[in-house]
Amino acid sequence: MRAPSAGQAAQGEVLLAVDDVSLTFGGVRALSGVSFDIRKGEIRAIIGPNGAGKTSMLNVINGFYQPQAGRIIFKGQARTGMRPFAAAQGGIARTFQNLALFRGMTTLDNLLAGRALKMRCGFFWQLIRHGPALREEVEHRRRVEEIIDFLEIASIRKVPVGRLPYGLQKRVELGRALAMEPELLLLDEPMAGMNLEEKEDMSRFIIDVNRQYGTTIALIEHDMGVVMDLSDRVVVLDYGRKIADAPPDEVKRDKNVIRAYLGEPQGARA
Amino acid sequence: MQSIDPNLDTLPKLLLHNAAAMGARPAMRHKDLGIWQTWTWAQVLDEVRALSIGLGALGLKRGDKFTIIGTNRPRLYWAICAGQALGAVPVPVYADAVADEMAFVLSHAEVVLAVVEDQEQVDKIIAVADRLPLLRQIIYDEPRGLRDYDRSRLIAFTEVQRIGREKLAADHEALRRWEAGIAAGAGSDLSVILYTSGTTGRSKGVMLTYQNTIVSARNANAFDHLDCNEQVIAYLPLAWIGDYIFSYVQAYVAGYCVNCPETPETVVQDRREIGTTYAFAPPRVYENVLTLTMVRMADAGALKRKIFDFFIAQARRWGEKILDREKVPLSARLLYGLGRLLVYGPLMNQFGLSRIRVAYTAGEAIGPELFRFWRGIGLNLKQLYGQTEASVYVTAQADGEVYADTVGKASPGVEVKISDSGEVLYRSPGVFVGYYKDPEKTAEVLTPDGWVRTGDAGFFDARTGQLRIIDRANDVGRLNDGTLFAPKYIENKLKFYPNIREAVAIGADRSFVCAMINIDLTAVGSWAERNNVVYGSYQELAADPRVYDLIAGHVDEVNRSLSEEELMAGAQIRRFLVLHKELDPDDGELTRTQKLRRGHIIDRYGALVAAFYSGAPAAEISTEITFEDGHKGVLAARLVIRDMKPYPVRAAKMERAA
Repeated sequence: MRAPSAGQAAQGEVLLAVDDVSLTFGGVRALSGVSFDIRKGEIRAIIGPNGAGKTSMLNVINGFYQPQAGRIIFKGQARTGMRPFAAAQGGIARTFQNLALFRGMTTLDNLLAGRALKMRCGFFWQLIRHGPALREEVEHRRRVEEIIDFLEIASIRKVPVGRLPYGLQKRVELGRALAMEPELLLLDEPMAGMNLEEKEDMSRFIIDVNRQYGTTIALIEHDMGVVMDLSDRVVVLDYGRKIADAPPDEVKRDKNVIRAYLGEPQGARA
Repeated sequence: MQSIDPNLDTLPKLLLHNAAAMGARPAMRHKDLGIWQTWTWAQVLDEVRALSIGLGALGLKRGDKFTIIGTNRPRLYWAICAGQALGAVPVPVYADAVADEMAFVLSHAEVVLAVVEDQEQVDKIIAVADRLPLLRQIIYDEPRGLRDYDRSRLIAFTEVQRIGREKLAADHEALRRWEAGIAAGAGSDLSVILYTSGTTGRSKGVMLTYQNTIVSARNANAFDHLDCNEQVIAYLPLAWIGDYIFSYVQAYVAGYCVNCPETPETVVQDRREIGTTYAFAPPRVYENVLTLTMVRMADAGALKRKIFDFFIAQARRWGEKILDREKVPLSARLLYGLGRLLVYGPLMNQFGLSRIRVAYTAGEAIGPELFRFWRGIGLNLKQLYGQTEASVYVTAQADGEVYADTVGKASPGVEVKISDSGEVLYRSPGVFVGYYKDPEKTAEVLTPDGWVRTGDAGFFDARTGQLRIIDRANDVGRLNDGTLFAPKYIENKLKFYPNIREAVAIGADRSFVCAMINIDLTAVGSWAERNNVVYGSYQELAADPRVYDLIAGHVDEVNRSLSEEELMAGAQIRRFLVLHKELDPDDGELTRTQKLRRGHIIDRYGALVAAFYSGAPAAEISTEITFEDGHKGVLAARLVIRDMKPYPVRAAKMERAA
């Protein structure tokens, strides 16, 4: 694995900014006054101990949760509330911590489902599957086949995803997100539950997606080695607050971060 | 020696001929983005020409050596021909070779240019670049991941073709010069250097001329009546002589179509879509397919399993006789027909073998049970005996003269004899020129009057007149009491059981036979699932006492079958153990074509061998293992040794081995 070119990406324009966002569930403060930005073309990691508010942050970004205070500025447009559907149309795709695939459908169909937003022909045309609808379907299939090739999942193209091992399901889910051709890709623990080899494969795919398609990526991950290798910049959350925001090397040495993970500053090892 | 038309005596000349004679017929297919893409002979010529002229512009010239590394893709096959058109010599290398092995071959062969598949191979070459001062350029097919690499020595395949096409368009003489270059080639020119994996020591570069390979291919095509209507799938390593002859030379000679799978993992599906008619595979491939079938059947419902078992028993009894058109009772014929409808047909279809006319197994001896199984369900599986040094063909079985324990009569144009010491020798138009830069080794193998020593012990079977290979001549030995000990014979019996993937029999100059066994993770894993055996790793599964019981059952059956053969009855397995890791080519335990490197294994596991013969109930072993990227680690384990009770020797009197 090669070191990411942090310099150039970190200077890019801001794609999405989180501005002083707070989120509460009843009396629980999930996020309080969090601000950071995601720049075009970078791989941005969000890390933190359990319960730090990472997934909540992701859910705010893609509009699943509505923050009580603060704004999300995506491509220059500020918003407080947005539906996930609108976020998806705006170019934000995501994967889930615990997988959310159509288990009875094949890999191919799951990926094609990711193209649903891009379908232009109406229900009627699709029903008769002729003329423009057929042309469109061929085009969608071609895009999906490119992703299948890219993720090296040709051998499971026609296999129902419920029968696949976990690591491959994760890959299919990434494929479905890619099928949306997103500008911003949110990955919620893409390597959870994987063995070393699967992690290495997934890391390579994430880097390749970033390099080849120029997709901006924000990812939550627990595996520190992976985060340090992959990301250009890292945001660290703890109890819903931002405690650090820097390139991986600096984050590794940050006293607050070490304390958040290990409790006390002794035995500093990130 | 047969003569060949001087206009068709090199592969580039054959390409020009095929493009003119059958330009519109399919020559090659590749599944890309889920769709089969086809190139006709005329289109292949166009691609090869553009690449070849581009390679010429990069400085590749007559006599240069260049390498091809990757899986079976049309562009890599075209690169072989494109280089040959310039008079350069291809040296294909196994794609799964670790960087160090690759460095040895590339530096020994003095390779100046490499055509590789992707980033993985580029990385490997870059890692050993300091050992390859002659290597000027790396041409890659798949650009992915290479964007930020140093461009000074890297160039894209399509870019080379673009240079070629530009030259063709700009310079009217370019085409004529290129064709004149091809015409200047002759059948006696060196056409390829293939490094044999060799079960002992470093690999050797086998030099073959165009004539060697083309005459061999032509004879083989005539022998099995292969013509331009055949469909084959190319999935074996490019660096293996089998693939070179079968997916390249024979295809160019006959004009048949070679299909490249989408990925190495999709071969079975792809084969099924194409419906190949001719197949060539090492026994391991047939073995894996059978294992997969048995594992799936074990998971099937009771009724299905009953039907399967019943008809497989029928197939074992009558199938081969029906295939050989022998007289069979009508009732058996009817039952077999029903079996074909219910079991054999669907099974063959699953594996994409429905349209196969001829299938060969080669590269290693096949277990007789495995061989009979496939023939029983109607696959025209035959054996051949070949070597890289012979351009494959030494002997082959003709239709209707197929036996499990022989490898056929001498192929057309080949003479075979047995030396006084029992070693098989042959002489043919396919015999190689020599080992590259290794006259000493060449002299050891090639006699002055043109015979090649195979290093295999064998004899002509009196009943069938066909050659029978006993074992590697060096491997056949005797126990202390004089009993004949043929390790591969015993190992093949063990490997028939789907649960056993690999076995190493030891016994030469010892008082009894012992075996080290590798379990098959797929088969034993499935068994473990059904029997509630919990395991976290290969090592843990291998050491489970219930797995030992399972394997002991197989060893016992092998012993019983050995006890029924007079020559082998004394060589029953007295002690065995299950190895904690899979034997692996990366650790030098197997060759790249998956043959055992016996000497190396016995050295490496010396502690285990010592424990076998000291009577110890278990042995400690710690071995160095090599990961795919070349890093090394140490694996330690304590292995239990299980004692077996031999069957009484039934044969009345031991006879001398033939």
